Amino acid sequence: MNRLQKLFQSKSKDILNIYITAGFPALHDTVSIVKKLDKAGVDIVEIGMPYSDPLADGETIQKSSMRALENGMNLSVLFEQVKEIRKEAEVPIVLMGYFNQLLQYGIERFLMQCESVGVDGLIIPDLPIDIYEMKYKALFDKSKLRLSFLITPQTPADRIKKIDLLSDGFIYMVSVNATTGTERNIDEQYFERIHNMDLNNPRLIGFGIKDRAGYEQANRFANGAIIGSAFIRHVDTFGAEEVATFINSIR
Amino acid sequence: MEERVKFTYPENGFYGEFGGAFIPELLQPCVEELQHNYLKIMSEPSFLYAFEGLLKDYVGRPTPLYYAQRMSDYYKSHIYLKREDLCHTGAHKVNNTIGQILMAQRLNKKRIIAETGAGQHGVATATVCALVGLECIVYMGEKDIARQAPNVKRMKMLGAEVRPARSGSKTLKDATNEAIRDWINNPEDTHYIIGSVVGPHPYPDMVTRFQSVISQEMKRQLMEKLGNENPTRIIACVGGGSNAAGAYFHYLEREEVELVSVEAAGLGVHSGKTAATSQIGTKGVIHGSMTLLMQTEDGQIVEPHSISAGLDYPGIGPLHAHLISANRAKVVAIEDDHAVKAAYLLAQKEGIIPALETSHALAALDKIELKPDDINVINLSGRGDKDLETFINFEGHE
Ligand SMILES: Cc1ncc(COP(=O)(O)O)c(C=O)c1O
Repeated sequence: MNRLQKLFQSKSKDILNIYITAGFPALHDTVSIVKKLDKAGVDIVEIGMPYSDPLADGETIQKSSMRALENGMNLSVLFEQVKEIRKEAEVPIVLMGYFNQLLQYGIERFLMQCESVGVDGLIIPDLPIDIYEMKYKALFDKSKLRLSFLITPQTPADRIKKIDLLSDGFIYMVSVNATTGTERNIDEQYFERIHNMDLNNPRLIGFGIKDRAGYEQANRFANGAIIGSAFIRHVDTFGAEEVATFINSIR
Repeated sequence: MEERVKFTYPENGFYGEFGGAFIPELLQPCVEELQHNYLKIMSEPSFLYAFEGLLKDYVGRPTPLYYAQRMSDYYKSHIYLKREDLCHTGAHKVNNTIGQILMAQRLNKKRIIAETGAGQHGVATATVCALVGLECIVYMGEKDIARQAPNVKRMKMLGAEVRPARSGSKTLKDATNEAIRDWINNPEDTHYIIGSVVGPHPYPDMVTRFQSVISQEMKRQLMEKLGNENPTRIIACVGGGSNAAGAYFHYLEREEVELVSVEAAGLGVHSGKTAATSQIGTKGVIHGSMTLLMQTEDGQIVEPHSISAGLDYPGIGPLHAHLISANRAKVVAIEDDHAVKAAYLLAQKEGIIPALETSHALAALDKIELKPDDINVINLSGRGDKDLETFINFEGHE
């Protein structure tokens, strides 16, 4: 069974999803970082496929992506690394990247590679549901990978319902209308509104969450939280070895 | 009966297989608001009245269609120049910013952002913001800030804030990324005035329509001068492609009129230092649009090179990707030194100093087989004051 599916069947509260850019801080750190995240009890690892023009990302992830590309990260290297990770770790892995990367690799080939190395889900922020449905859904439907689409505080209810129908991983609730890593006041009414919508998919809240307080706040309204920029800053400051210290500061 | 290919308007946001709105959910409300409203607003009589009034009294339209006698003698073919360089602020860019600022007002936006390469679009945006009293922030690549210094000073004097884009190649593509990120962070009160026929739908169509005044005037002027609306060919440079789109618009379905799109080859199409997007580019997504773009096998966007900041862009508008793929437009690539040479030729034959971008279109005259009776219209998209430094310092010129 798909590891994401299995996770959500056994756990519906306090899910912690940690994002790390592949190939950061050094090319082969991905493998050891993900293994350490797994050992530290993280529920999902989201691996960013570094991109030259990451439109939805703030400075921290932009910079880590640049570094990773300079380090020589690319999709073939990443797939090898996931294979390596899978020898030891069963933590669900979700890849996050931009649509152009899939297009150039070939969508079908990309999906097949993901499945064969042990990726469980995908997040493609610049593939909107309308174009997905019109042009690409048939291709994705052939694969067992789970897709997660984003919603924001501004997404209207009918669109959220449609996003819920098209997602089969989780709903990625963007906490504020901003690029990744932006810290702003959270509108709890938005969290509550979505909580009351009774959606089919589990909901994870992300963007701007950096500490225990943010993690706990997210868990009051959703099934879990996604932490990215804060973890990248931690690794950047203290080194790729220091994974557990960050996770222990969160829970 | 043979079915006619349609070029003029996108269908569901797509020109053939190009276009669309490949945007993060975060941008959806902003883009959707525009998609739902732009055609309605553009057809309101009060909008048209304001737009046409400003184009006439503020921009100085119609711009002349000038018969370049000495250039015609030199090339032994008839050469007409559509004088967009005589627009207020010195380039065609202002046609679009006038339209978009009126659009922003009708959408109740209070804050304007823009990206700029050569600085012409930044100046044109700062100008219209001053005109209506709206806050203006212009993103510009750090490298372009250095090579287009006069335009940076103009923007500042006009009251705009110029924010350097320091990511990636530090040129137009990165300034565009920064502007899009700003829009994501300020979705409610901000309108993004994009500077070319690029970006997510409806921008390519909206900007094309605002620029279409160029070919609308051209038709009438050619009729007056020659008794025929149709020239043999229209030649325009293509960065994102807004001046070309405007110059082509009313001729897109008239396939007897040849369309020549001139790209910047930089140091050579295959030199690795080029901006000849359609020739070395492949299909992909940039700035929210499916189009042709320069990228690696891994789908990473490649840093382009051109001596001209306004053509230094790794993509082209989806309309142009469609025109080129369907063989409706023919592509010519011009290298840096050739463009500079063409600028000197026009300066000394006609007393007109063209922008570096425009100089690429002029240089294409050397690469096309011209017949004595041909009517060639070159869209003279801008004037070259901003590029004087580059022209003077270029090796081989005194
Ligand atoms: C004078 C001039 N021509 C052409 C361009 C290229 O833009 P586009 O291809 O959108 O006309 C620019 C851009 O800055 C410009 O300033």
